[in-house]
Amino acid sequence: MAANVLELKKLDKYRWTLPQKGKMRVPGIIYSSEKLLRDLTTDESSQQVINVAQLPGIVKYSLAMPDVHWGYGFPIGGVAAFEEDEGIVSPGGVGYDINCGVRLLTTGLRSEDIGDRIKELTRTLFRDIPSGVGSMGKIKLSKKEIRQVLVKGSRWAVEQGMGDNEDLDRTESSGCLPDADPDVLSDRAMERGFKQLGTLGAGNHFLEVGVVDHIYDQKIAHHYNLFEGQVTIFIHCGSRGLGHQVCDDFLQIMGKLASASGFDLPDRQLVYAPLGSDSARRYFAAMACAANYAWANRQALMHWTREVFERTLELTPRELDIRLLYDVCHNIAKMETHEIDGVQRRLCVHRKGATRAFPPGHPEVPSIYRAVGQPVLIPGDMGRYSYVLAGTQKAMEETFGSTCHGAGRLLSRGQAKKKAKGRAIGRELEDKGIYVSYTGRTTMAEEMPEAYKDASEVVEVAHGAGISRKVARLRPWGVVKG
Amino acid sequence: MSPYTLIDHTADLGIRVTAGSLKELFAEAVRALFNLLLRSNRHPRTEKRFIAVEGLDLEDLMVNWLREMLYLFNGKDKAVASVFISSVETTLIRAEVELYEIDFLRDEILEDIKAVTYHQIKVGPLNHGYVARIIFDI
Repeated sequence: MAANVLELKKLDKYRWTLPQKGKMRVPGIIYSSEKLLRDLTTDESSQQVINVAQLPGIVKYSLAMPDVHWGYGFPIGGVAAFEEDEGIVSPGGVGYDINCGVRLLTTGLRSEDIGDRIKELTRTLFRDIPSGVGSMGKIKLSKKEIRQVLVKGSRWAVEQGMGDNEDLDRTESSGCLPDADPDVLSDRAMERGFKQLGTLGAGNHFLEVGVVDHIYDQKIAHHYNLFEGQVTIFIHCGSRGLGHQVCDDFLQIMGKLASASGFDLPDRQLVYAPLGSDSARRYFAAMACAANYAWANRQALMHWTREVFERTLELTPRELDIRLLYDVCHNIAKMETHEIDGVQRRLCVHRKGATRAFPPGHPEVPSIYRAVGQPVLIPGDMGRYSYVLAGTQKAMEETFGSTCHGAGRLLSRGQAKKKAKGRAIGRELEDKGIYVSYTGRTTMAEEMPEAYKDASEVVEVAHGAGISRKVARLRPWGVVKG
Repeated sequence: MSPYTLIDHTADLGIRVTAGSLKELFAEAVRALFNLLLRSNRHPRTEKRFIAVEGLDLEDLMVNWLREMLYLFNGKDKAVASVFISSVETTLIRAEVELYEIDFLRDEILEDIKAVTYHQIKVGPLNHGYVARIIFDI
């Protein structure tokens, strides 16, 4: 049993604290339930919360969202904010897949409008949306063009005819982080970026046609254009090889810096650069490039998804009425303003496997949603539910405007493959009316629903703790996995 | 007995490698990595490449060494057919690798390993040989 789980002290029904001691500069807080906490007894995520609490300039708490599990440096589901003057930025607090994130599309269709054609639709999406390891993108970029992608993000794709300005309004940070500088990227990062724009990737990345199964909050659902029985589309992917290379490059750079400067690191994956330093500036510039690449990627994939729907269902764009509800990041570090002890302070907020959840009235929430709060998108596993939530004021007060991001893995890949032995997971899902198209022999076993926590339990904690509010539940119907 | 075993890790994949010498440890780590990455039944043409990698210490060296190999796979679509370690010191490794071009239609890609991490990294003596533990990000 991970020893630090025993040190957890219950604050209330949904929060446990790791008291500040030793080298910790702040306490840790884990959002969880009694049931989810039992899963933490077998991994080291609570130790990782403690490690993060030791970093310089950390403010208030080292946080873990209810889907927390083992990561590198930061736990996945980790949130931490750092002072602008004395704080740091850490690539381990963002993750390898910079701006791994998800967007949800709504349609004007009900499930009965598609009916049995879901199988054909799923197969066509699988055929036409590049996915899987080694998949090449359909977009051929020149050296000049890729620089534009890295600086402009989603806007680059819109300028190429892949969407419109409304999509930018409905994307976190309008689909573009400022201060991106392609000159700070390594040749390797650029090289990997050339090949993969417009690809879904593999592993836990997916494109999923779903159906709104239940509405919890009619008022917010109306603002989000969600209704029961409605067909929706999730797209989950990130910055692909370019983002991974950026993280790798800066772990090396900051590792050398840490060694030369004698930084005391509880974990090598927690290397950091002081905010304001040249290394920090370069990391932010590189991270922004990767984040923008991911947004351009999701914008392109959305555009092709729309085209597949039009061609396969032989419906016009007006009849389909496919709109972007919202696009959120799961892995990012951003300079944000938060109120701490009554004072507005500029902080570097790291969200690694966590989602921004800004409340009603916040200026960064798109005007169409400002009355009800930012949409928060929580994809579950391919056999069970996903959720749409809304950001809350309590999240701003307690978690730097953050909440969970998904279900989180429960089983290792080895355990999942063992459990899947002798079973036809694809057939089991089809028997439940879920059609999956995939590449990779081991993908179905490793990604089987039982390999993940139940997103419902994770969402119950987030809702119960008040850091986001349940709006709608979606069930999977047609799934494309790389 | 296989020189490596898989480590169960919730989110990702790890290996534990043992060998009689440091040279063999670094060679077996590469073989283990590519065993996890793909399976190929072909006998393709290969090219030789000389590689030198530095690190701050043995563990950093192992991470950088496998990073370099993984870059050949992810960035250059190449796989390692064989590896010969010329020399290994605490902060420098020199090797000769034989590479082949991956055929994504004929070779079976087994895992999408995105990165080599420092998470729980270990490289050191064990009994009369050496052991390494490396976790990969998937």
